[in-house]
Amino acid sequence: MVTLQINGQPHTVDAPDDMPLLWVLRDLVGLTGTKFGCGIAQCGACTVHLDGKAVRSCLLPVGSIGNRAITTIEAIGDTPNGARIQKAWLDIEVVQCGYCQSGQIMSATALLNRTPNPDDSDIDAAMAGNICRCGTYVRIRQAIKNAAKTV
Amino acid sequence: MSSPAETSETGALSRRTFLKVGTAAGGGLMLGFHLPAFAQEAAKPAKYVLNPNAFIAIAPDGKVAFQIPQEEMGQGVYTSLSQLLADELDVDFANVTPLPAPPIDALYGSPRSHRMSTGGSTSIRSFYTALRQVGASGRAMMVQAAAQQWKVDPATLRTESGQVIDDAHGGRKLSYGELAPRAAKLPAPQDVTLKADKDLKLIGKPVKRLDTPDKVNGKAQYGIDVRMDGLKIATLAASPVVGGKVAHVDSSKLPSGLQLVVLDDIVAVVGPHYWAAKKGLDSLAISWNGGDNGQYDSAKMWREIRETAAEDGVLAKEDGDAKKTLTGAGAAKMDIAYELPFLSHAPMEPQNFTVHVKDGGCEMWGGSQVQTSAVAAAAKTLDTTPDKINFHNQMLGGGFGRRLDTDMVVKSVRVAQKVDGPVKVIWSREEDIQQDMYRPAYRNVMSASLGKDGKIAAWTHRIAGGAVSVRMSGKPLKGGLDRGSLEGATENSNGIPNFPVEYIEAPPKALNVGYWRGVAPNNNVFATESLMDELALKAGKDPVAFRLAHLDGAPRLKAAVEQVAQRSNWGGKLPKRAGRGICAQFCFGTYIATVCEAEVDDNGEAKIRQVHAVIDAGRIVNPDTLMAQVQGGLMFGFTAALYGDITVKDGRVQQRNFNDYRIMRMNEAPPIDVHIILTPEASGGIGEPGCTAGPPSLVNAIAAATGIRLRKLPIDRDILAGRKIA
Repeated sequence: MVTLQINGQPHTVDAPDDMPLLWVLRDLVGLTGTKFGCGIAQCGACTVHLDGKAVRSCLLPVGSIGNRAITTIEAIGDTPNGARIQKAWLDIEVVQCGYCQSGQIMSATALLNRTPNPDDSDIDAAMAGNICRCGTYVRIRQAIKNAAKTV
Repeated sequence: MSSPAETSETGALSRRTFLKVGTAAGGGLMLGFHLPAFAQEAAKPAKYVLNPNAFIAIAPDGKVAFQIPQEEMGQGVYTSLSQLLADELDVDFANVTPLPAPPIDALYGSPRSHRMSTGGSTSIRSFYTALRQVGASGRAMMVQAAAQQWKVDPATLRTESGQVIDDAHGGRKLSYGELAPRAAKLPAPQDVTLKADKDLKLIGKPVKRLDTPDKVNGKAQYGIDVRMDGLKIATLAASPVVGGKVAHVDSSKLPSGLQLVVLDDIVAVVGPHYWAAKKGLDSLAISWNGGDNGQYDSAKMWREIRETAAEDGVLAKEDGDAKKTLTGAGAAKMDIAYELPFLSHAPMEPQNFTVHVKDGGCEMWGGSQVQTSAVAAAAKTLDTTPDKINFHNQMLGGGFGRRLDTDMVVKSVRVAQKVDGPVKVIWSREEDIQQDMYRPAYRNVMSASLGKDGKIAAWTHRIAGGAVSVRMSGKPLKGGLDRGSLEGATENSNGIPNFPVEYIEAPPKALNVGYWRGVAPNNNVFATESLMDELALKAGKDPVAFRLAHLDGAPRLKAAVEQVAQRSNWGGKLPKRAGRGICAQFCFGTYIATVCEAEVDDNGEAKIRQVHAVIDAGRIVNPDTLMAQVQGGLMFGFTAALYGDITVKDGRVQQRNFNDYRIMRMNEAPPIDVHIILTPEASGGIGEPGCTAGPPSLVNAIAAATGIRLRKLPIDRDILAGRKIA
């Protein structure tokens, strides 16, 4: 049994230590907003926060997490930067199919957490790990800049 | 494909499903205003009928639910089709909830094909008028109901924001919610007048999307997110060679507590969660009998395509006498071939379906672009009738044509037949990429000559590639011609007097082919717009000026080219090894001119600096969605041009995941400016034109930047770096 701090709540789950956090969230806890895209940390659809930093949950063994705070897309709107990013996303309609956008929003929020006023190269560096097959990058870049202006 | 008999069987679900859906959406009693005939007709619709009651339900509180026949896969169709309905019905958009329509071709099929299918950039083209009529019929029934209640002439009443208003009697009002029960008993009017353009409040406006709020907070439910009591999770390995079979499975290392499913050509492991299922599958040693296709590799496949492409094809179009003109053309003649590779769709949501086999049929959940075909496929697999299949379609995490096929339905049902209770079958990314229905590889054999006036005198185009229609139907082509391979080659002849287009089927042996975003124009626009560029160079003309000289017969495209040249500063100075390339295309009913600005470094890497597109899609429903589709479509096309290449060794696809099947990323994404030319013409499609415009505009920009003409995709960095000769 593993106890995890997810979105401010403790969750005890029957999971082997090597089970990636992604599948614990999706299949055991029932938080399906975090997505499976590749399973090898290439696409970023599974991005969540550990203590406010973006991590790829598809390769993160739950046994390695300990007491660190896990935040998922379902609760990111409760943080100031998460709420700003979500609003900026909707204001200019970033989203198309939306499947990758949980991960995009988690990466973008983590970027604002450490770099309140990111330039293009900051955005490239923070977001290059998140693939969007619909090709919404132009709007993601703009939305991050718009969100930063509201900080 | 579903037959009429199957769809009428499916129709038995219609009323029950509609009422259930309506109730769920309203959180209480929701009154659909059914025609008296609806119950009988919809219970077993014998043939396609456009029935307003099938689309609209209004609750007592004025909330409106629309059953949307087209699938939402990012293209914004839940919103755009709702705009058509809501504008004519005259309800506030804030009160609208779009819902997936149940799988009934006779009610929700395309007014063109009478089949439910979301593909080919057809949703707006097919439903623009029909859904406006449906909305207008609903409005007329509300007015009629109010006129009955007040005992006044309906002509004296008007509507606004979900209310009927009687100005002649002090502006008294009845809400649609109050009127719905009475309206439900009225016949739907046969002839309705659609709003004048000046009165439109939603159509043509950048209305906020209805599906996106739940997509930024994790609430949106895609097929892969389905959960229910007792759900098991499976993952599978299908034969890596098309037509291959399982030879042997060594399961001695399979962890306990997992179920092993071994079928003819599939091995699956079922467990309590995906991780357990995946570890179980990884523990197996599976050997396969690949059969004849195991001998194929890419070199052999291309050899066969080229051999086929050297033969005469079947004429799809013939203007003038190209052979005679080309024979006497001498040095003014060019003979060129362009080649495009196999491509995977790779939507971000891997293939998956959740199936519970029970009661002589099944209940199933998943995302499909072809709802009724998915039902038919499940029924056929279970050797039963479609009425035994209860299908709950879900949001699609990308389609791009992948979910026009039903192989993922069939495989999931086959696995579920061996499982007690519901099971969600999830493809790994590797399985998703290696078991795709691939965009066919093509070879285009072309000749052209210039006349003394510097314009093109003759142009021949032979398209050789796999026919998706043959793979899907299992039937040979009628007369050897695949209509689905021609678009983009035949519609716009650039005024060339001698212009034959041929097709010859070059079916690949070791891969299944499928429809891919952009379909035939992917290939044809790349070939034709590349050749136009090469001919401009040969003629010593500027590529934009050369195209304009050939577009007198296509004034809308000509206008788009003129505007994109201006917006992109065509002809303006650029750094060394940077260039601009143009693509002018007409397909999917839409005119689009695109200028890509790219630079090439010493290593042969091409970077896209910026892109301008000018699009004329006639009457448009949501300009913001249109721009998003062009932006995203261009990225999809650029990704293909830069990286897309599915290759085969020993009959097996070599690419496995996003590390070796690359997708463009944020750091590579250029600014994309999209400008819309508004014309009061029939609506064109917008999901695909950007995709097909990307590769030719990029390759033409590379030619301008380097002087090197790439005639095969994806781009070859060795050639651009001078390490290899083109």
